[in-house]
Amino acid sequence: MQAAATREIRNLKDLVAFIRSELKPKGKILTPFNVITAPILAIGLGLIVYRFIFGLGTVVHEVPGFPWGIWIGFNIMSGVAFAGGAYVLTFVVYILRSEKYHPIIRPTVLNGFLAYLFYAGVIVVDCGRWWNITNPILGNKFGVNAVLFLIAWHFLLYMLTELVEFSPAIAEWLGLKKVRRILNSMTIGAVIFGITLSTLHQSGLGALIMMGKPNIHPLWWTEYIPVLFFVSSIFAGLSMVIFEGSISLRVFGRQMTEEYRREYPDIVVGLAKTCAAVMFVYLFLKALVLIHGRHWDLLNTPMGYWYLTEVVGLVLIPCLMFAKGVRSRNLTIIRVAALLTMAGIIINRCNYVFIAYKWYVPLSERYIPTLAETWIAFTVVLAHIWTFRWIVNRMPVYREVPEWAKEEEEEKIIRKEVAQWKASRM
Amino acid sequence: MDRRTFLKTLGAGIVGLSLTPSGVMAKMADGRVEFMGVLVDTTRCIGCRSCELACAEANGLPLPDIEDDSVFEHERRTTVTQWTVVNRYETEKGEVFVKKQCMHCCQPACVAACPVKAMQKRPYGPVTWDLNCIGCKTCIFSCVYDIPHLEIEKPAPKIQKCIFCWERLKEGKLPACVEACPQEALIFGTRRELLEEARTRIYEHPDRYVHHIYGEREIGGTCWLYLSSVPFDQIGFRTDLESTALPEHTTGFLYAVPFILVLWPAILLGMYNTTKREEE
Repeated sequence: MQAAATREIRNLKDLVAFIRSELKPKGKILTPFNVITAPILAIGLGLIVYRFIFGLGTVVHEVPGFPWGIWIGFNIMSGVAFAGGAYVLTFVVYILRSEKYHPIIRPTVLNGFLAYLFYAGVIVVDCGRWWNITNPILGNKFGVNAVLFLIAWHFLLYMLTELVEFSPAIAEWLGLKKVRRILNSMTIGAVIFGITLSTLHQSGLGALIMMGKPNIHPLWWTEYIPVLFFVSSIFAGLSMVIFEGSISLRVFGRQMTEEYRREYPDIVVGLAKTCAAVMFVYLFLKALVLIHGRHWDLLNTPMGYWYLTEVVGLVLIPCLMFAKGVRSRNLTIIRVAALLTMAGIIINRCNYVFIAYKWYVPLSERYIPTLAETWIAFTVVLAHIWTFRWIVNRMPVYREVPEWAKEEEEEKIIRKEVAQWKASRM
Repeated sequence: MDRRTFLKTLGAGIVGLSLTPSGVMAKMADGRVEFMGVLVDTTRCIGCRSCELACAEANGLPLPDIEDDSVFEHERRTTVTQWTVVNRYETEKGEVFVKKQCMHCCQPACVAACPVKAMQKRPYGPVTWDLNCIGCKTCIFSCVYDIPHLEIEKPAPKIQKCIFCWERLKEGKLPACVEACPQEALIFGTRRELLEEARTRIYEHPDRYVHHIYGEREIGGTCWLYLSSVPFDQIGFRTDLESTALPEHTTGFLYAVPFILVLWPAILLGMYNTTKREEE
């Protein structure tokens, strides 16, 4: 673990040797988590290979009229919303300069990057003609007016942006001083670009389904779907940050500094406060849309009850719980609220993709996910968690940055102060 | 052009119009092309399913057994191997047979949704599909007529749907189904003339038809148009469709994109600099 700080990497040979040593597993191998998840992962990866060789139909049932299932609704639509924490926190820390949230910026950006990597990766599994997947980027026929074309580009660019935002940690891990300095200087540009891209593709995922207006239940369809998707990605992302943070505290607790542990409850309360406020805005928008849509008579139908379950049960109630948790500084209530919020987001996105979609089709002809399909969906989540753990155990994500990087930061501050002092003398 | 083809085609020889050198597709006098379409008069259809057979033959699909009447027991949808199907409906005026296929929307959602332009609206109206498709299925998601289907059972699936016999049209032939129809329930022509013809029929036989041409306005209009003796919801049509073309629902968002792309970084940079000064 200390290798990164103490070991000098002078040439390629050192680098290869170092990466080789890092590839070995760290810590105990036979933990309950590993014992349970490793077979799931192995079988899931097998299923994915099987699907690529023999076609989508081997793992997914053909349900005419329902082209998208949990891969889109759960992995991609919800996964991308949960990755929203990265753009929200980079905005708070780098643009608003709230130092309070700096300690959680790296795990959040890493989590966001991996979410895009894996859940955008699910698109490849879901696309029937996946070998053409580069066509929106490298092809010769661009559907420039298509929302999905825009999303494809944004996903790609945003992944690169998040990689740049996280890259100083990689440089610290490899002990590359000069590279770190260059990458560090790119952070603010990446942050600004990243927030812009996020605004556009979080709302873009909403715009993607707007053309299906006659297919989507009137309680859900509105011309403000993009706005709702964007606003909900803020509290979805922050709920994920709370959720991931409380698990990491248990799993990676030993890597964290005393200072971090001391400050952590404050951070969670701050995030919960933001969640409650943004959820209130979201509910306000939802109410406006409902009133303007004049579909309130539909509330007293089975789909209406389902709508109320989502909006009241999984947005309003967690919103109040967040507010309560903030007032009483009760982290347990906040954590439960975060879980409920996340469930609400998953249901909201799945509603648009296959539940409130073609709501008039009877249950016997509706899409119901197969076991293999669900297995693959969870395999991707596990792959994300394993990769996250692998990186956290090696790079300075939760643990302190190496000494040399700290010194460099201090030097930077001193240089800045000297420059200011000089300027004030002129 | 023989007599039969002539009867199934409107517009040949009308002033201001001339047939293209290739045959059945019409060009305006000034060289612009018009959407071609088909008028389906469901009062004339006898449910012989000749169109189904002709479609399969023309497009290399498995041939259906059109003697088998048991298919009418359930409402059928088009599939990857059946681009058109005829359904039988019990209505207030007795049995009605309705042919179903791609409506070839004037402003198709599937085309607007495609990120690689694999789905295309051809100048004469047909909506066709191409091999550079990535199989994202957004076209299927956006279609309100439940028409495009992906062959998910195959390792290299294609999107299968009625393509208005685009290749045949280019060769100057009629769509296979139109050519095969023994009842002249299907008439091929420019969309504009078909609307005139449909209106004429309603005007001349106000009791025979409901006074609605399905496809005239639905989601911005379709190239295929239908006449019926009974309200359209009794013969399997969606009657909840607005006249707004589906792609218009995303134009607002798409117009906002360049603005956000330019304004957002400027605002963020401004905020970044503002907070910087406060700090120092």
